[in-house]
Amino acid sequence: MTNAIPFVQIRNLKMHFPVTEGVVIQRTTAHVKAVDGVSFEIPKGETLGLVGESGCGKTTIGRCILQLETATEGEILFEGIDLTQLSQKELVPTRAKIQVIFQDPYSSLNPRMKIGNMLDEPIRVHGIITDKVKRKERVRELLSICGLDPRFSDSYPHEMSGGQRQRVGIARALALNPEFIICDEAVSALDVSIQAQVINLLEDLREQFNLTYLFIAHDLSVVRHISNRVAVMYLGKLVELAEGNELFDNPSHPYTRALLDAVPIPDPQAEAERAHSVIQGEIPSPMNPPSGCVFHPRCPLAVDSCRNEIPEFRQTKTGHWVACNQI
Amino acid sequence: MATLLQVRNLTTQFFTSSGTVRAVDNITFDVDEGETVAVVGESGCGKSVSALSILRLVPWPPGKIVGGSINFMGQDLLEMSNDDIRRVRGREISMVFQEPMTSLNPVLSIGLQLTETMQHHLGLSPAQALKRAAELLEMVGISEPKRRLAQFPHHLSGGMRQRVMIAVALSCEPKLIIADEPTTALDVTIQAQILELMKDLTKRLGVALVVITHNLGVVARYADRVNVMYAGKIIEMGSAQQIYHQPHHPYTLGLLASVPRMDQPRGTRLIPIDGQPPDLTRLDGGCAFRPRCRFAVDRCAQEFPPLENIDSGHVSACWRVKEINELKNAS
Repeated sequence: MTNAIPFVQIRNLKMHFPVTEGVVIQRTTAHVKAVDGVSFEIPKGETLGLVGESGCGKTTIGRCILQLETATEGEILFEGIDLTQLSQKELVPTRAKIQVIFQDPYSSLNPRMKIGNMLDEPIRVHGIITDKVKRKERVRELLSICGLDPRFSDSYPHEMSGGQRQRVGIARALALNPEFIICDEAVSALDVSIQAQVINLLEDLREQFNLTYLFIAHDLSVVRHISNRVAVMYLGKLVELAEGNELFDNPSHPYTRALLDAVPIPDPQAEAERAHSVIQGEIPSPMNPPSGCVFHPRCPLAVDSCRNEIPEFRQTKTGHWVACNQI
Repeated sequence: MATLLQVRNLTTQFFTSSGTVRAVDNITFDVDEGETVAVVGESGCGKSVSALSILRLVPWPPGKIVGGSINFMGQDLLEMSNDDIRRVRGREISMVFQEPMTSLNPVLSIGLQLTETMQHHLGLSPAQALKRAAELLEMVGISEPKRRLAQFPHHLSGGMRQRVMIAVALSCEPKLIIADEPTTALDVTIQAQILELMKDLTKRLGVALVVITHNLGVVARYADRVNVMYAGKIIEMGSAQQIYHQPHHPYTLGLLASVPRMDQPRGTRLIPIDGQPPDLTRLDGGCAFRPRCRFAVDRCAQEFPPLENIDSGHVSACWRVKEINELKNAS
């Protein structure tokens, strides 16, 4: 790692949502620790995969980076500037550089807006192209970059299939020439054959426009395919972070191992040769997480000390970080 | 192994204002006793409708089974009276649905939902049924079964609700369970728990299983035989080994090439299938996959190819099935 400022850096990010009781006089009775002390970096041009099961806090991290949530604690540095310290006004230029692609292509597009207007609006609002005719030209260009017929600019979302809508979502994210895109389950709702089209499109765009992705997903096969490095989350904390092939070939944390064992491979031969150890139990509530290592109630390696000691997120090999005291 | 279910030329259509949707079009397949058959395909290919058709659960209007026969242990399910088919549903053939949130009744206790079928079908007394319900919950891996019986679905997590659904499905010791995307709504570690449970229980109790899924990994891990569907038709059918290692239909080939694999290092590019699935109201007489097929020839537009025998138990519906290996290597 050089001394240059990292492109995206998250330091000790915490997002605790208050749980309130009472209708008239509300009081906070507890906190959901959705994200609890997460740190990582993403160098420019890289894809960081962020995986974990529902409720582990992966989407909340994305929303915190986008400033859609006000983080409880921690720093979110984008090109060296802490976004949490900026005013709404100061944020505007940065908002253009950080974009998002959501999971559900059905609910993330306004059903009453034509595709063309949807893509036109951000370009106009941010004053990137002021000339109306040129903007129209740009909209057509964006559609064709994303593999859609420019004629779709006069269509409404309901006239399109799920795969086409997701391409519109991608075109919209590209409209402001961003540098960093957060893909939140961007391909999860698509059928396999369409999913492959969109994955290839995302990879091509990254190369073409030198984009950086935070790829949030629960599908580990897709994450391995697309990511340079992969981070695994469990109950608001990072448990492992490593280069993609290293993480999938030599998983260290017992949770990562369990997660990888659970993913079936589309090959009966390979499946027959694999161990199918199934991890027991379910994810505890983030409102009342277990003491010590949050994974200890389900962990096959857990010893008494795991109940009390919070494991440090440490480097076991160059670039391979693990939060487990038993390794 | 004896044949348990014989589906012959089953055709189910939906009569909608925008035309007739040929959701299931002339499909034929068998399920043997105790085996696991997977039905795979993408959204809208007719896999769920084919499952609903077996138990005559297709809602009319607009859906209707317009042809074919479904022979189950010597009886044609399509010829039965409504009273007779009700004695099959939940007793001989039961179902597990995708959404454990919506397929359990939110205002009835777990105990009531479990005992209802047993009292109805097996004639157990309420006390007997409750006792057996507790045993069933224990069998599907739910702790403190007695306490759970008094609870309601919202007290349980998604994984536990699906375990309850499996307990309901098993309660009358059916011969066949149809599971429609049983783990799609669940997290991957919970998915593994549920699938291992289903595999273990069906093996132990000798129950046959029809699993409907879009997840090719799940199929590879659990299925004995596989039916691949596209646009309402079965286009390839064979053992899991045959389908995955010697696929003989361009769609199956395309599907396998487009799914990322967790055991493959980064850098391998996916080969997607171009285009989109067809509109089921506007199918012509030709092969529905033709517009997306790399190997399509003139004949594909004129007639739908019949299922051609390739190997024992392995069939594929493609005019170019004989040349498929050469075509695959050439491209």
